[in-house]
Amino acid sequence: MADTLFIILAVLTVASALLVVVNKNAVNAALGLLISLLGLAGLFVLLDAPLLAFVLLMVYAGAVVALFLFIIMLLDTTPGAAKPFSKMTLVATLIGAGLLFTGIYSLAHRAVLPAAPATLPVPTMKNYAEQLFTTYLLPVQVVGFMLLIAMLGVIVLSKKFDQTEGAK
Amino acid sequence: MTAVFTFWAGLHPLIQGLIKGLAVIGVMFPIGGACSLVERKVSAWMQGRPGPNRALPPWLAWVPGIGLLQRLGLFHLMADGIKMFLKEDSLPGHVNKFYFLLAPVVGMIPALTTVTVVPFGAYFDSAGQMVPLVLANLDVGILAVFAVGSLGVYSLILAGWASNSKYPFLGGIRASAQLISYELAMTLSVVPVFLMINAPGGTGTLSLTDVVRFQSGTSGLHGTWFIMTMPLSAVVFLVSLFAETNRLPFDMAEGEADLVGGFHTEYGSMKWGLFFVAEYSHMLIGSGVFTLLFLGGWNPLPWVPLQTVIGWLAHLSPLLAHPLAVGLISIGIFMGKVLFFMFVFMWVRWTVPRFRYDQVMKLGWQKLLPLAIGNLIFYAIVIAVLQK
Repeated sequence: MADTLFIILAVLTVASALLVVVNKNAVNAALGLLISLLGLAGLFVLLDAPLLAFVLLMVYAGAVVALFLFIIMLLDTTPGAAKPFSKMTLVATLIGAGLLFTGIYSLAHRAVLPAAPATLPVPTMKNYAEQLFTTYLLPVQVVGFMLLIAMLGVIVLSKKFDQTEGAK
Repeated sequence: MTAVFTFWAGLHPLIQGLIKGLAVIGVMFPIGGACSLVERKVSAWMQGRPGPNRALPPWLAWVPGIGLLQRLGLFHLMADGIKMFLKEDSLPGHVNKFYFLLAPVVGMIPALTTVTVVPFGAYFDSAGQMVPLVLANLDVGILAVFAVGSLGVYSLILAGWASNSKYPFLGGIRASAQLISYELAMTLSVVPVFLMINAPGGTGTLSLTDVVRFQSGTSGLHGTWFIMTMPLSAVVFLVSLFAETNRLPFDMAEGEADLVGGFHTEYGSMKWGLFFVAEYSHMLIGSGVFTLLFLGGWNPLPWVPLQTVIGWLAHLSPLLAHPLAVGLISIGIFMGKVLFFMFVFMWVRWTVPRFRYDQVMKLGWQKLLPLAIGNLIFYAIVIAVLQK
């Protein structure tokens, strides 16, 4: 039963995640993301972590994707001119590629996964809260900051550049 | 009687769950339908007119006393249902067909899924422990209601977008902005309740059953309903509930006065009917959650919990203390409170004038949200002092 459910949910999650990337229609992509999140929530439930599942649904499926759809509907989706190529682009590309390579290299050669503890903590609300606000406080903040950087990057990349803007 | 119980216990758990689920839906759907009639009747009474009172099947006209039912408009309910099912199911040519057909279904799914985690009654086992009547007794009950309930917004967005015309689109946009705004205040307003029921040293719970259990005491803090100790939370929750269910004075998504029908302008027949039933289901669940959180759930009065009343009733007849009877009594009390809140929804609709859109946003972000945050901080301090 659990295995069948896992296969169904896993296929659903991965297939709709793929749909997000390959689909050209932004609304389809957003809904693909929604279905993917629903599948992921189902996987969390299978892992006996209903709290995570519902937090995921509430934050991402309930608010974030709804905001995505809101923005997609307001946006003008006609493609504009891309940012003209400059020396800065080249430098940024090189630095970015260097950082990415370093990251992958150190992950492949240095990363050590901690062994699974013999006794798992009971997934109660209290345990979640304690872990989240003590051990994992910094990592969560760092991930949040990375999301902010990604958001800035998206704004820069997707900005439409008027040909006349440089002349102003 | 015993034969029925043995037969029930012998059934596969999946079939048991299916029957229970169908039973709950079988109660919710007719109530949703009946509410549409009650809404018309209540609005008529408030405006001093008789309301629907004409429909009567000709083959029933000979029954004596049927005139009363006719004047109450009961047959309009039937007529409305038959009309919605038999009407031509038109599909406008300019819509995005897939999403257009998907939207009403997406509206129904969260509405019917949240029902599973809302307890609606209780009985006492042989040890005197309260056993809730609920389809899925989750430890994260309130979170599940909020999480799955928040998915209802997609129905409105999709309907507005797929209709591919101006008014539905504006309705969909407004719906998404409004629902996201009020979710924040709503979620924050219930946090003090859970701070209160989670004593230090416990494992932590977000279960709706535990909220009712806390309100089931006979004296002191344990018997008070949370509406008495946390009135501000209750007010913020109720106002946000009106906004989340798109009820007047917050009917921005529908906006009959300025958007024709808002997100469902292009819908007709049963597709439109599904939006309607979904709205009433959301109201029912919202009223149910409000009753559980702030009005003591299935306890008849503050400091007079269900168990005390059952004790009194058992003196009359031991049959009344049977778990089956207790369950029915508790469901009756709970449904009474919920239906009263359905009436409050209608009462407010025909009393308070609707807001402008900028007023809705102002109320949500500049009034309710700071109120909810201040309320949370105040109660966090008070509860910390109390439980020290």
